[in-house]
Amino acid sequence: MKRLYLPSHEWVLADQAPHAVGISDHAQHALGDIVFVVLPAVGDPVTQGERFGDVESVKAVSELISPLSGKVVAVNEALLSAPETLNQDPLGTWIIQVEGTVNEASLIDEATYLAMDKD
Amino acid sequence: MSDYLLSTPAQTQAMLDTVGKTRETLFDSIPASLKLKRPLNLPKGLSEMEVLAKLSALAAKNKVYATILRGAGAEHHYIPAVVKNFGSREEFVSAYTPYQAEFSQGILQSIFEYQSAICELTGMDGANASVYDGATAAAESIQMVLERTRKTVLIADTVNPQTIATIQTYTQYLDIDIRLVETKNGALDLATLKPLLNETIAGVLVQHPNYWGVLEDVGTLSVDIHAAGAKLIVYGHPLAMTVLKSPRALGADIAVGEAQSLGLSLAYGGPYLGYMATTNDLVRRLPGRIVGQTVDTDGKRAFVLTLQAREQHIRREKATSSLCSNQALCALTASVYVAVMGPQGLTEVAQHGLRRAHYFQKELAKIGFPLAYNQPFFHEFVTTGNFNAIDVEAVLDRHNILSGLPVGEHELLWCVTETTDKATLDRVIAILKEELA
Amino acid sequence: MSQLIFERSVTGRRGIRLPDYDCPAVNLDDTQLRSTTPRLASVSEVDVTRHYMALSRQAFGVDNGFYPLGSCTMKHNPKINDHMASLAGFTGIHPTQNLETVEGALELMDGLQRDLCEVTGMDAFTLQPSAGAHGEFTGLLLIRAYHQSRNDTKRTKVIVPDSAHGTNPASANMAGYSVVSIPSNPQGGVDVEALKAVLSDEIAALMLTNPNTLGLFDPNIAQIADLVHQVGGLLYYDGANLNAIMGQVRPGDMGFDVVHLNLHKTFSTPHGGGGPGSGPVGVKGLLMPFLPEGTLIDKTYPKLPKSIGRMRSYFGNFLVNVRAYTYIQSLGGEGLAEASFMAVLNANYLMERLKAHYPVAYPGTCMHEFVLSLQDLKDSTGVRAMDLCKAMLDNGIHPPTMYFPLIVHEALMIEPTETESKETLDDFADMMIGFKEKAISDPDFFKNAPYTTPVKRVDDVLAARKPILKASL
Repeated sequence: MKRLYLPSHEWVLADQAPHAVGISDHAQHALGDIVFVVLPAVGDPVTQGERFGDVESVKAVSELISPLSGKVVAVNEALLSAPETLNQDPLGTWIIQVEGTVNEASLIDEATYLAMDKD
Repeated sequence: MSDYLLSTPAQTQAMLDTVGKTRETLFDSIPASLKLKRPLNLPKGLSEMEVLAKLSALAAKNKVYATILRGAGAEHHYIPAVVKNFGSREEFVSAYTPYQAEFSQGILQSIFEYQSAICELTGMDGANASVYDGATAAAESIQMVLERTRKTVLIADTVNPQTIATIQTYTQYLDIDIRLVETKNGALDLATLKPLLNETIAGVLVQHPNYWGVLEDVGTLSVDIHAAGAKLIVYGHPLAMTVLKSPRALGADIAVGEAQSLGLSLAYGGPYLGYMATTNDLVRRLPGRIVGQTVDTDGKRAFVLTLQAREQHIRREKATSSLCSNQALCALTASVYVAVMGPQGLTEVAQHGLRRAHYFQKELAKIGFPLAYNQPFFHEFVTTGNFNAIDVEAVLDRHNILSGLPVGEHELLWCVTETTDKATLDRVIAILKEELA
Repeated sequence: MSQLIFERSVTGRRGIRLPDYDCPAVNLDDTQLRSTTPRLASVSEVDVTRHYMALSRQAFGVDNGFYPLGSCTMKHNPKINDHMASLAGFTGIHPTQNLETVEGALELMDGLQRDLCEVTGMDAFTLQPSAGAHGEFTGLLLIRAYHQSRNDTKRTKVIVPDSAHGTNPASANMAGYSVVSIPSNPQGGVDVEALKAVLSDEIAALMLTNPNTLGLFDPNIAQIADLVHQVGGLLYYDGANLNAIMGQVRPGDMGFDVVHLNLHKTFSTPHGGGGPGSGPVGVKGLLMPFLPEGTLIDKTYPKLPKSIGRMRSYFGNFLVNVRAYTYIQSLGGEGLAEASFMAVLNANYLMERLKAHYPVAYPGTCMHEFVLSLQDLKDSTGVRAMDLCKAMLDNGIHPPTMYFPLIVHEALMIEPTETESKETLDDFADMMIGFKEKAISDPDFFKNAPYTTPVKRVDDVLAARKPILKASL
């Protein structure tokens, strides 16, 4: 499993198509208790580096940035009623699945991401 | 020591000494070149007795009509004494927005009960804590129906013109296309609307009963609006909803409107009370403050401001609305009104308006004021005929009666409520008959 | 927690009685009629009275006690203001009445507009906006209409400092502008170099609160105004903090082109638990042609061909404006200046008493409010700004604004206002100093506070995850 990251803390699985997209453990921790997720619709286009949704805690909202360009083929609707799964298992919880091409060179590999100084 | 200041000269001096300043140096952080070098050119402050005399004299220069037969978005209703009493209770009046939930349960609960009453009347799942008025409620609702590929909103031209104007102001620089739908005979009909519906239409806004008092055929329209994938916004009258089907039952996705009729005075146009309610699907798109039920650390029921991630203080430039307040005191007033009236009383208020308006309309028709639109109506209606509308207004004014609103050379928009009884309506007819003959 | 009004309902009970029907029933089409009566509470006037008395005991206003909520100006609301706003000659007039029948209302509104012009140094006011954020939106639409009238369509950006209220960027967004955020300088004012770097012919306006949300007057304001004007931009004044400067300095003289005021703050109309307020907007002459529809000019409502349009129904929150006008008549020019003087003195006195115990975020002379940072306290004891605030509730004090402005960590923003006595300020200072000692010796005391309020800390995560926005009936 090849998990690549954006500096804005989203991950994409590069070696599985369609590509699952989620948020990092650091992101869920920084947000605190997640209370809601704003999801795109199946069929919506996404563009690398652009917003595809939001994740909300009580006192903060964070844009979800897409790590790749393509088309949304699945959204995790279970998150609408159980957003806390993003806190409990961020790496095991995908938010959307995208059909498209991962520009691997533009992303950060897992080891580097985990070693990064994040704030 | 006056004007609501408490410190004595000695205390003031002691405080200046503590901070190491004088009267002259306290404002030293303001550059001297900018400072106002003269006293404010305003009259000397008045004693409370003088203020009372001055304001009372101004109030006396306004004409308060004994009989009011005019609505158009601002209605004269009876306000029970208990409503005024709690609408001026200091704990509510002098509080800020209830950020500190533990300290503000009374206000939070009153807003929650207001939201509940609005939801029950409109048939919706969630309401916000209110906005400035009906026009701004409608304007704020436009953003709620937009989708990525749907940016056009259709508005029936039977919606209150001030509401339409406010929507146009609000949306003028946004990526939204507002289109007015021209109607015939005072109501929106399916034949007119249907050809305009397509995959670019985000929503349709209909007022019901509409500005002319006419009942729109909302239930029929909603089927085609939804078939086209658009959302339906109904601008409705909360009192009429005790008799008429709720917006939700008619197919509305969003219910908005003016709730001034629930215990608020005419007040020359404000403050009023804009309500907004919607279905679970759209509840997170509601703007403004929202109160929700939760529990405290002991598991006890409690109320709190919630869904704040939508709001300007968190989203800043990404927020679609800058609303930062609500009309809490007006919402409280409306809640007390609804409580003391009860379902029975509210229905009777609505029925009085409905019955008396129809009686009055029939009597007016007999003396040369036929209906302008041959449509079912609630408690407002438009007459036409040969008389000049402003002449009618002038005649009734001499008898301390505020006529229907002149809306054309010969057209008047009348509104009848529980405050005008049959005997008074008969007298109005007699005056018109005699003086216009 | 009290019973909900719906839980007091008894079928068949009722409150107020209405007259008997005196006109025949009307047959409307069945498809239009509601099939069941709304499930609202059936209660008596006695029930209603006891219910709202119970709720009022669980509410807290400035009439109950000290309320140093920063940037909200919770000053005493004189009772005469409410009394005047309840006169039948004001409450009973219909907004569509002919102007000859509402001369008193027009005179009052005209007088208020003139008074506000004098206090702010502007040329004209509209009373239509109903709250501060509504005023901001109005002001930005005026700015946009002005640029467009000159075919100056390149201006798509509004500059907002990072210390600004969230309504500023949100209002700019509503007016279709993109927002450029600029940092504060080490003294808490606008970073002039950062400002210069973003100035261009794409800038429509700079929005500024002065004194800003840190309670500091920006001494560079004249230079800032010149810089923005030089590139063709306009200056927007957020009047949230006007209470600091009445009679001392005027936004119009600082170079601002448009200003909104919060009458519910500076001019002492009550906040009502969140509203209604009033947010009049004042402009310099260049923006007058664009004022909203429904603006009173020379005691009439002229059609302005270049108007931005209508901001709401009718003419604004008239009864709130009656209260503000009453307040100005009571205080007069001298009284307003004295109010600002005492507001600033009270804030500086309280800051002076606290500064040895809690770091002031931006030291120096403050205006009407100041910001403490409790970061050190949190680091050393684990007690957060919020914990300290919750303990204030048990002392019958409404806490200051917390966690704002965003640029100060563990911020407490304190605005005592002019209508508090030295004794109240001393008591508050003593309490805060005691809190610090207690936070060191017994941090858990704060983490579990409050103890005496009707409910304990509430679960806001549950409220947002599973929203319950109405009673189940």
